[in-house]
Amino acid sequence: MARTVFDHSDAIEAHGLVKTYPGDVRALDGLDLAVAGGTVFGLLGPNGAGKSTAVRILTTLSRPDAGRARVAGHDVLAAPLRVRHAIGVVGQRHGGDLDATGRENLVLQGEFYGITGAELKRRAAESLERFGLADAADRLVKTYSGGMQRRLDVAMGLIHRPQVLFLDEPTTGLDPEARAQMWAEIERLAREEGMTILLTTHYLEEADRLASQLAIVDRGRIVAGGTPDALKSELQGDTIQVELAAGDGPAARAALANMPGAREVTLDGHTLRARVRDGGTAVPMVLAALEAQSVRAAAVTLARPSLDDVYLRHAGRAFHRADTEGVAA
Amino acid sequence: MTPLRQTWQVTLRYLRVIARQPAFLGMALVQPIIWLLLFGALFKAVTEIPGFSGGSYIDFLTPGVVVMLAVSSAGWTGMGFIEDINSGVMDRMLAAPVWRGALNLGSVLQAVIQILIQTLLIVLLALALGAHYENGVGGVLILMLVAALLGAAFASLSNGLAVVTRQRESLIGAVTMVLLPLTFLSSALMQQSLAPDWIGTVARFNPVNWAVEAGRSAAFETIDWGLVAGRVALLGALVVVAASLATRAFRGYQRSL
Repeated sequence: MARTVFDHSDAIEAHGLVKTYPGDVRALDGLDLAVAGGTVFGLLGPNGAGKSTAVRILTTLSRPDAGRARVAGHDVLAAPLRVRHAIGVVGQRHGGDLDATGRENLVLQGEFYGITGAELKRRAAESLERFGLADAADRLVKTYSGGMQRRLDVAMGLIHRPQVLFLDEPTTGLDPEARAQMWAEIERLAREEGMTILLTTHYLEEADRLASQLAIVDRGRIVAGGTPDALKSELQGDTIQVELAAGDGPAARAALANMPGAREVTLDGHTLRARVRDGGTAVPMVLAALEAQSVRAAAVTLARPSLDDVYLRHAGRAFHRADTEGVAA
Repeated sequence: MTPLRQTWQVTLRYLRVIARQPAFLGMALVQPIIWLLLFGALFKAVTEIPGFSGGSYIDFLTPGVVVMLAVSSAGWTGMGFIEDINSGVMDRMLAAPVWRGALNLGSVLQAVIQILIQTLLIVLLALALGAHYENGVGGVLILMLVAALLGAAFASLSNGLAVVTRQRESLIGAVTMVLLPLTFLSSALMQQSLAPDWIGTVARFNPVNWAVEAGRSAAFETIDWGLVAGRVALLGALVVVAASLATRAFRGYQRSL
């Protein structure tokens, strides 16, 4: 489970956050969170799990119906202005002004944080250089590629040197090259600046690569937390996955449930999954058990534990299914 | 200082957007010319109605067109906010420690600057068409002040409506619905004594009429200081109320996020 004991060095802590939207949509349903200073914390979940709602509350954009939260030592409800000074926010959508140049965007953003004059000019030039936008600095942002716009977003989020940086799905919609570039940038921020970063993502791969601590969000609650490795090692052994013909599901599940050595048998559509200690020896046994029930397997695959499995185990449904079922949050 | 500085930075941002749209800039400059010539031609006969005491038609219509254009230009101000909300710029600004009032006032100031330029164009064009400014530059400055105040009030209301509805259609509907009735329920285009009595009664509560009366008295008649001061005070109060409503609208917006 996610850590629920808090200490003063936590850069972000949230207790029992609840947020409902009209139409009885419960986006957050008692979310608890503790993020230690200087870590990259990944909030992983499908679309509609409540990640963005959590970020909007922690960044003082929105208010929870219940619960409380502290960011960089300040209460988000009692001292939102202090929180805003201490954090950088990179939202899910590009937040730059398309009709302004990259430099103008950075300067306006700096002014909002009380940075002015020569200092602001210097910082803007520095961050344009650092994010590879120096050549495009005085071009209108609407001429930027998606990757460049995203880098400008991060540059804007960092102009006032925040203690805590929120990145809401920083790579959604980027092509693979731009994504790799963004990953490298986030890794560098964490390594060189020791910044606390809260990152939301619905890419398992991204969370696995960037986050030192993870929390899995499903239906507005944290369902699991820990380091990616710890989460994966909870799942001992391999996952065996069997694709079935329509209608065979229940019989196949019953067959595997009775098989010695098969654990956590789940049926998700036409896909049957089970955990086994050693995949290699289990495959023939699984096929034999299915055969005994006259069930034919269309395909059998074997996988080492991944965050996908962690998600399945804690949320009770496969990640990609939850992702398509989810409502946009 | 910071709130003022932030306001001005926001104004610069919107001014830059306009400056980079030559088509918009062209229309904003041509519109005053068209309105003055069109209404001038159309309402020329007003001066021939028995009982009309407004002097020359151009003298009578100029403050009316100034005020109408101020309301119209100010009405569209909220479009910028709707754009910002849809694009994510608004959320980014609201997550920064920027004074909420600066977001509204910065945009209002941009509208006021545009309105002042348009008013100046009308004033000069009317002069070329033979308008007689009874009280010289001082009177014209009061006319511009009145247009600026009325524009500021409507720009704030437009921003507030934009933040509440977040839809272009609502804003377009509101501007089209409000502009003509407010103009007709004032002495902008027709002398009050020639209009039905009930219009005169309604006009007493119409900010557009406050602006027309004050502007006309200051620029084109023997100035009635009591009337001008009273109307300017009313418009000033309206600006304050509208601005605080618009700033408050952000709270509702954030609650819905």
